Amino acid sequence: MSALIPTFDFAQVIVEPWTENLSASAWVVLMGALVGTACGLVGNYLLLRRMALVGDAISHSILPGLVLVFLVFRNVSTPLMFLGAIGAGLLTVGIIEFIHRQTRVKADAATCIAFTSLFALGVVMLSIAETTGPIHIDAECVLYGEIAFVPLEPPVMFGGHEIGPPSVIRMAGVTLVLIVLVTVFYKELLLTSFDPGLARSMGLRTGFWHYALMAALSIVVVSSFEAVGAILAVAMLIVPAMFASQLTFHLPTRFVLTAFHSAVSSVLGFHLAIWLGCSTAAAMVVVGAILFLIAWALTSIKRKPRIFEGLDQKSSTFDPVQGLVTKPKSA
Amino acid sequence: MPAPTAKPPLFLLALFSFFFIAPLAHAAKISDITETDFLDRTVRFFSFADPSLRYALAGSMLLGIACGLMGTFLVVRKLALMSDALSHAVLPGVAIGFLWSMTKNPFAIFIGATIAGLLGAATAQAITSTTKHKEDAALGFVLAGFFAVGVCLLTMIQNLPGGNKSGLDKFMFGQAAAMGREDVLILAGVVVICAAVIGIFYKEFLVTSFDPAFARSSGLKVQIFHYALMLMLAFAIVASLQAVGVVLVAAMLVIPAAAAFLLTDRLPRMLVLAAVFGMLSGALGAFFSFVGRNLPTGPVMVLTASAVFAVALFLAPRHGILAKWWRQRTRARRVQRENTLKAIYRVLEDEGFRSESVSLRELAEHRRETLEHSEAAIKTLEHHGFATREGSDFALTPPGWKRACEIVRNHRLWELYLNHAANIPADHVHDEAEEIEHILGEENVRQLEKRLNYARRDPHGKLIPGLEDIHGVSGRFLSGHAVGFGPHRQ
Repeated sequence: MSALIPTFDFAQVIVEPWTENLSASAWVVLMGALVGTACGLVGNYLLLRRMALVGDAISHSILPGLVLVFLVFRNVSTPLMFLGAIGAGLLTVGIIEFIHRQTRVKADAATCIAFTSLFALGVVMLSIAETTGPIHIDAECVLYGEIAFVPLEPPVMFGGHEIGPPSVIRMAGVTLVLIVLVTVFYKELLLTSFDPGLARSMGLRTGFWHYALMAALSIVVVSSFEAVGAILAVAMLIVPAMFASQLTFHLPTRFVLTAFHSAVSSVLGFHLAIWLGCSTAAAMVVVGAILFLIAWALTSIKRKPRIFEGLDQKSSTFDPVQGLVTKPKSA
Repeated sequence: MPAPTAKPPLFLLALFSFFFIAPLAHAAKISDITETDFLDRTVRFFSFADPSLRYALAGSMLLGIACGLMGTFLVVRKLALMSDALSHAVLPGVAIGFLWSMTKNPFAIFIGATIAGLLGAATAQAITSTTKHKEDAALGFVLAGFFAVGVCLLTMIQNLPGGNKSGLDKFMFGQAAAMGREDVLILAGVVVICAAVIGIFYKEFLVTSFDPAFARSSGLKVQIFHYALMLMLAFAIVASLQAVGVVLVAAMLVIPAAAAFLLTDRLPRMLVLAAVFGMLSGALGAFFSFVGRNLPTGPVMVLTASAVFAVALFLAPRHGILAKWWRQRTRARRVQRENTLKAIYRVLEDEGFRSESVSLRELAEHRRETLEHSEAAIKTLEHHGFATREGSDFALTPPGWKRACEIVRNHRLWELYLNHAANIPADHVHDEAEEIEHILGEENVRQLEKRLNYARRDPHGKLIPGLEDIHGVSGRFLSGHAVGFGPHRQ
């Protein structure tokens, strides 16, 4: 057992990554923070819609989409990858809705059936594809991912300068686009997530926004794949959003807290992984989960826990215009 | 030549010795087999020559039974996603069980994983009961958080001396071929325990699953049975890990049970069906991954289960999609027929029941549709014996007349009822009556008539056809009209 946990060497764990290997460390931490932020943005809406496990489902069922795209086009360029992911994601949601609308099988069982079947299909397709030739996708990689390999990718060149590893650039692009979309369509997303009935009465197409969110989810998950893998992407979707919603009811503040949580767990997880010599992505999630546990403990111990509740005096009652989405239990 | 009639106990004994006593010293891996011919491998599969194949097959089938039994309760309790969360949550337990003995001792791993699974279930419950997070978020947190700890531990183990040969990575996707004697014994034990516990406490599980409030009021400790179920679920998951892997255990739990759920309404039958489907998928999965090259067992098993589910989804006699579609189609056609009958009645009524026959043109004008539409509608009526036709004129047969009267009566009675009993204005009652007229039974009609004091006119002042009109052709004589059927009361 003692061999399992190495001694904590401050210089090696904390200092050296930033003195010896600055650029590699920076890319890994940046990637972790970006994945957490992008996933967390979508995750906040998933939590509001009580669809956290649809994120789990889509992150698994993307595999057959990727394999199919690869088998047809024989390469995995970004647009094709996004195409396969969106196709598979929307197909999953479609199957789930088909099963539970048409039969008496409930939504939870339908979710389970849809994504496990698609994932199994993906793995079988992959093992058949492996017999025909080399394939760039690896089922284990889809499950775990390895964020530590990010700095080893051949960097993207622009105007003769090295910019950075392609997956980080892609993730940054996805995060930026997502932030812009969430800002521009803030009202629509809030309304359709929180009160679909009211949204419909105001002429919003709830179905459209539902599928748009699912498409965004698919893209975010597929861009996080290489770094964190399918299952840990679920963690990135849920844990930061849970942390944020544990602390505040104010939706924009939740977004900020989500980004904060991602950044902190990325840095601390990175060092934890160096210390223990374990998977970096998993260590980031472990730190993220511990942060949630701390938030949980704090909010359980103190009677008046919600640190941002006094942000707006009026917001002690439900007020979606102010971004306050859940009515506090004690008023 | 074997004896043509082996007695069942002897046969069972032979089967048992086949799986448990016969294993030879050298265990060939499924992947060692070199025949490339599909047929050869099929023959080889059914000859059960390889001990590893025997273990794989027995293990896969036992796994299917255990998962089917537990999955049934998950599906009826709407806990399907709990299986997904728990199957990921056991991973740190697997790692710690391995660290305990530093070998892949199935029993240590079993105990560690079970404890981790129970911890996961408790954490999920704690989150939902003490925070505002809903069940989905709590399960997602348990799934991802525990899994991350497990991955951390596994990657740390791989750095230990001797750790990278541990074969722990097989727990992700499973490898039925790697199952050994202990794994099969554990699975058999789990099946026996699950079946025994379910059998003994059947009534308690039934009532806590379907009506927890009633169970609580009759003094049952609902929580205890919930945790007993979670414990058995953890057993089933952990025992199945070796064969199907962390990711797909949930599938083996939920899919066969969901297929059974579509086929029956009774819990005992559902348990048996789910176990049979699970066993079948297990056996077929083992078979296909044996004869197919390089096919992983777990995913193939799951795809087989999905195929069974897809068949049930479309073909189930009562809850299947085809059956439902057929029911809807017949109902829609009946409603169309009845609407035609009603329209004919209205045409006859507008003419004061002076003539017995209606022309196509009159019907088309009344329904504001083309002649072709009316003609098609009349053809359907003829086909069902509700109308007879001569040229462009047609008349109702006695059964047709009877049904038309009934529909009009139902419609007008309901309008009157809504108008009187629910105080809905007379100009708002038509649409609801339009729907209910097709489903009101004789029993309800009697009650309605009684409540409405056998009223004769609907809110719009039209006559409501009575029993005499429906059952007697006599009406036409009493009505004072020369020809035609019609209400005799004026």
